[in-house]
Amino acid sequence: MTEITQDKIDEIRDFINTVNQKDDSESYLIAVLHKVQSIFGYLPQEIMDEVAEKMQIPTAHIWGVATFYHYFNLKPIGKHVVSVCMGTACYVKGADKVLDTIRKHLNVQVGETTEDKLFTLQEARCLGACGIAPVMMIDEKIYGELDAKKTTDILNQYRKAAK
Amino acid sequence: MADKITISINNKEYTVDAGQTIMQAADKLGFHIPRLCYHPKLSIEGSCRVCIVEVEGARSYVASCSFPISDGMKIHTNTQALRKARRDIIELILDNHPQDCHTCERDGNCELQRLASSMGIRARHFEGEKKHYEKDLSSDAVIRDPDKCILCGRCVRMCSEIQQVHNLTQAHRGFNTVVMPAYNMPMGDSVCTTCGQCINVCPTAAFLEKNYTQELFEKLNDPDLIKVAQFAPSVRAAIGEAFGLAPGRNMEGELVAALRKLGFDYVFDTQFAADLTIMEEGSEFLERLQNKGTLPMITSCSSAWMKCMEQFYPDLIDNVSTCKSPMSMQGAMTKSYFAQKIGVDPTKILSVAVMCCTAKKYEAARPELEVDGLRSTDIVITTREAAWMIKSAGIDLLHIEPEEAEHPLGVSSGAGAIFGTTGGVMEAAIRTAYELYTGETLVDIEVEAIRGLKGIKEGKLLMDGKEIRVAVAHGLGNACKLLDEVRRDPEKYHFIEIMGCPGGCVGGGGQPYAQVNTIPLDDEALKKRAQALYDLDRGKTIRRSHDNPDVQKLYKEFLQSPLSPVSHKYLHTHYKVKTPAGIIPKNQH
Repeated sequence: MTEITQDKIDEIRDFINTVNQKDDSESYLIAVLHKVQSIFGYLPQEIMDEVAEKMQIPTAHIWGVATFYHYFNLKPIGKHVVSVCMGTACYVKGADKVLDTIRKHLNVQVGETTEDKLFTLQEARCLGACGIAPVMMIDEKIYGELDAKKTTDILNQYRKAAK
Repeated sequence: MADKITISINNKEYTVDAGQTIMQAADKLGFHIPRLCYHPKLSIEGSCRVCIVEVEGARSYVASCSFPISDGMKIHTNTQALRKARRDIIELILDNHPQDCHTCERDGNCELQRLASSMGIRARHFEGEKKHYEKDLSSDAVIRDPDKCILCGRCVRMCSEIQQVHNLTQAHRGFNTVVMPAYNMPMGDSVCTTCGQCINVCPTAAFLEKNYTQELFEKLNDPDLIKVAQFAPSVRAAIGEAFGLAPGRNMEGELVAALRKLGFDYVFDTQFAADLTIMEEGSEFLERLQNKGTLPMITSCSSAWMKCMEQFYPDLIDNVSTCKSPMSMQGAMTKSYFAQKIGVDPTKILSVAVMCCTAKKYEAARPELEVDGLRSTDIVITTREAAWMIKSAGIDLLHIEPEEAEHPLGVSSGAGAIFGTTGGVMEAAIRTAYELYTGETLVDIEVEAIRGLKGIKEGKLLMDGKEIRVAVAHGLGNACKLLDEVRRDPEKYHFIEIMGCPGGCVGGGGQPYAQVNTIPLDDEALKKRAQALYDLDRGKTIRRSHDNPDVQKLYKEFLQSPLSPVSHKYLHTHYKVKTPAGIIPKNQH
């Protein structure tokens, strides 16, 4: 996903070209960055340069936006993104223990990616699944009512599937 | 005429023009509301909240820099509750600020320190986490120290709005916010033009020039070196401010004397090289005009502008004069012509430039400006650094007996003096080019059309019936506007002067910090500094560069003639396209 290829660059360029035809095209910067992240999984520096040039927005300004929002990843992410919900309900039900389990199991801190590039660990605010707290989301899939064992089992399934 | 409305400030009624902010109205009425992120030349940020006032009926205190007045508004600027609220705001800023005032370079010149003092903060009540980041020392000229930053954003707005370099941004958020270049790249690798305007507008010490004073003090004590100084025109017009004088006092004689007392063996004047620049640049312009060379020709004296051009306007490289800046010409002549004259090995000469400019530090280190492998300028110090050295050495600048800069590189015409202000290089060039071209004497040598602080100025003159159209821009933002126009219509002008800083060199990034109750880059102060140079010009018998007898002698004894091969070796250079990471070449419109 994270590899930079000409196809992907062209896709970004096409997207910017449509955006540039709109009024106040600069205001679409966040939409463009979303697009970049949906294609690469993060915001590669050379693509931010490309966006700067095509949209005629100073690179420093793009950097300001990219670093302001937690949603944007500035480093390549793993194949799977593990988001642990730290919302109130999950927290009360022991989300910190779930997070701790994952940190130890994968040997990464929040925001980091495992050495094998399989998992990136993130914290999330509320995932809206308070009824089955504590929860984590791997990519688009929600896993609820977690404890230490259930959490490591789920991670191990992803490990197995990747082999 | 603006509508008049009535407002009340601190229980007294005033009739004022509508359409102002509370701060603007209060300023005119003599109420100075404390402020921090506000700067009159920049957009309103409203982030520091120091300028809050009470408006009767408003839900909370309002930021006076951004809140418009309305008829019948009742404003209070100095209630006890308000004073306490403002003091709390400053205390909270101080809480995340190093407590190292006495070892800080801005000690005594810091707006935050002054505010803390005027609020009567005599104790620290809030203790909390403090940020800590490494200093960025990568640039030859500008240092970034995020620990000192209070996030007022003046530097970011200066860099993007006035200079249009867009190097700085506020990255990350909340407690983790840091002012930095794109990708957190080192300043030395960034698009920073080293103009130093971030330093000028910074209220604290988050941006500083790279300081060479200790190195210079050491070298001044080295008995094996011949110590030679030069100083820029606008240094003499501003250095007095660092000693408490009002802007606009010409301190030329005092400065020469002080530099000698500091230990310099020879004190020359960059204005001499300004005259030399005019000989070369004026001749280059005429050659381009007569031989269908690339026009418009654009001046190359301003180091920040040169880096700006190489990055953002590489298509205009051929339009830029090949002349080095006066500082580099002066240095090159010091280490060749002068070294021969006094019979010393040029490697034994320490060539020091006192400049109003931070970018000159960057220029001095440029390898393409070396002659025979030798740097023309070994050390550049700013007006501020020079003022500090003079004070530190116990020299009483204000009461010193004035002295004169010496031959053969210290005498200048009036044209050389006005180099320090926007329009001055062009005016000096016109005085000489006109006479070289027509063979007649230009009678009215004061070119009013290109004087003053208008962003872009235009003028026309007739030379033997040929109309020459000139333009002048100061501040890189204005320069960009003018150059976009040149891209659109390359025939519009013949000759363009660009200075990277607002007001030209008088507003340089190395000039003294604003004094108490004044703002950095105040137009009135810039005008007074410029006036000091115009007065200097008017007081001289010789007002045209080509009439400078020492310049004539230099050509006779060493350089032969303007644009000769010898001149080219020492006084000219070529610029190259530069594309630091993350740059956007400005589009052709």
